Amino acid sequence: MFKKTYDWIDERLGITPIWRDIADHDVPAHVNPANKMSAFVYCFGGLTFLIIVTQILSGMFLAMYYVPDIVNAYRSVQYITDEVLLGQIVRGMHFWGASLVIIMMFLHMLRVFFTGSYKAPREMNWVVGVLIFFVVMGFGFTGYLLPWDQKAYWATAVGAQIAESVPWIGKYIKTVLIGGDVLGALTLTRFFAIHVFFLPAGLLGLLGLHFIMIRKQGIAGPL
Amino acid sequence: MSDKNGKQGLSRRQFLSYALGGTGAFMAATIAAPLVPFAIDPLTRTSGGGFADSGLKESDVKSDFPTMVDFKVHRKDGWIEENVKMRAWLIKDESGKIMAMSPICTHLGCQVAGTVDGNGNPKPSEDGEWWFHCPCHGGRYTIYGINDKAKPPQRPLDLYEVKVEGGKIMLGAISQRKA
Ligand code: HEM
Ligand code: FES
Repeated sequence: MFKKTYDWIDERLGITPIWRDIADHDVPAHVNPANKMSAFVYCFGGLTFLIIVTQILSGMFLAMYYVPDIVNAYRSVQYITDEVLLGQIVRGMHFWGASLVIIMMFLHMLRVFFTGSYKAPREMNWVVGVLIFFVVMGFGFTGYLLPWDQKAYWATAVGAQIAESVPWIGKYIKTVLIGGDVLGALTLTRFFAIHVFFLPAGLLGLLGLHFIMIRKQGIAGPL
Repeated sequence: MSDKNGKQGLSRRQFLSYALGGTGAFMAATIAAPLVPFAIDPLTRTSGGGFADSGLKESDVKSDFPTMVDFKVHRKDGWIEENVKMRAWLIKDESGKIMAMSPICTHLGCQVAGTVDGNGNPKPSEDGEWWFHCPCHGGRYTIYGINDKAKPPQRPLDLYEVKVEGGKIMLGAISQRKA
C-alpha cells in the first residue's frame, strides 16, 4: 500500500534522487558510535536539532492558548497549566526543552572545538554556528518574558538594564528593545513577535546554511 | 521475502530499515502524544448546563403573544468569566406550558424581531400568521416559533430549558427542535 503510493508519486515526480541526495550517505567510521562508543559526541548536533524541532512543535501548540497581552498573558498561561488537557506536559516540554537546547548546543560546540573541526575549510560554518548561538540565546531571553509573572518581569528588567549599560548608545538600545520607556504592554508584544516570528525565521535560515555546508564539506576527519 | 540464496527471512537492509523506521515512528509518537490531546481539549469541555434567573415570574407570561426578556448568563470562555446578555421570548403554549424561545434565527443566526408596537408591547401579527421576522433573508415564524417552510429557515426557533422555582422562571440550556 505504502510502496504502491510511493511508486506512483515517484514515477511522476522522481522523488527518489531528491531524498537520496539529502539523506542517503555514508557515516564515516570515526563518527559511528557502533565502532567506537566515544563517537557519540558527534550526535550532539543532531540532538540539538531534534530538540529544536520539538520546541517548534510545542511552541505552535502553546500559541493556540497563549495571548501576548499584559492583561491576559498570565491568565492564559495559568489556564494552559491548570486546565488544558496535558497542558502542564506541553508547557513542560517547551520549558525544559528551552534549557536542553542550550545544553546540547553547548556540548555540540565543545565537540567541534575539541576535535578542531572549526579549522579550514570549516571556518564559515563555525561563524554560522556562533550566529545560531546568539539566535538561541535570543529565544531564551524573549521567551522568558512571555508568562508575564514576577520572575519574567524582573528578569527582563535586569536584561534591559544590562542592554542600557552599553556606552553611549545603551539608552537607545534599551528603548528599542522594550519598545518605549516602560517595560509593559509594548515590551510583551515585541518580545512575542521576536520569539515566534523573527527568531524562528532566522534560525531556520541559519540551520539551512549550517546543514548545506556540512553536506558540501563532509564531517571533519578523525583526530 | 527471499534473498539471493532463496532463503526465507528478512534481508539485513530490510531489518535495519524497519528498526530505524520503528524507532523514528516511536519518537514521533512520543512527541505527538501530548500535543494532540492538548489541541483537542475543547472537546472535553461542556458548555454551561446551569440555569439562570430570567427575571420573569410565571404570571408574567401570556398565552396570546410572546413576552421578551433580557437576562444574564454566567459564561466561562477560557480564562475569562463573564455574565453575558441573553434574550428570550416566552409564551404559554396551548396546554399552558411555558416555552422560552431563542431569538437567534435558525437560518444563519441573525436576531429575529417580534411584532411589537412603538412601546415594545406585543401586538397581533400583521398578516394573522407570522409573528417573528428575521431582518436578514426574510425568515418568519409564528408566535410559537414555527418557521415558514417557504422561507430560508428550515427549523423552528430553538428553545431554552425552562424550570419554575417559587414562581420565578429559570432558563437553562438551548436545544433545537425538529424541523
Ligand atoms: C541550534 C544549534 C545547532 C544545531 C542544530 C547544529 C547542528 C549540527 C549538526 C547536525 C552537525 C553535524 C555534526 C554533528 O552532529 O556533530 C553540525 C556540525 C557543525 N557545527 Fe553545529 N549545530 C548547532 C550549533 C552550532 C554552534 C553554536 C557551533 C559553533 C559555534 C556550531 C559549529 C559547527 C561546526 C563547525 C560543524 C562542522 C563540524 C564537523 O564537520 O565535524 N554549530 N552542527
Ligand atoms: S438568518 Fe434569518 S433568514 Fe437568514
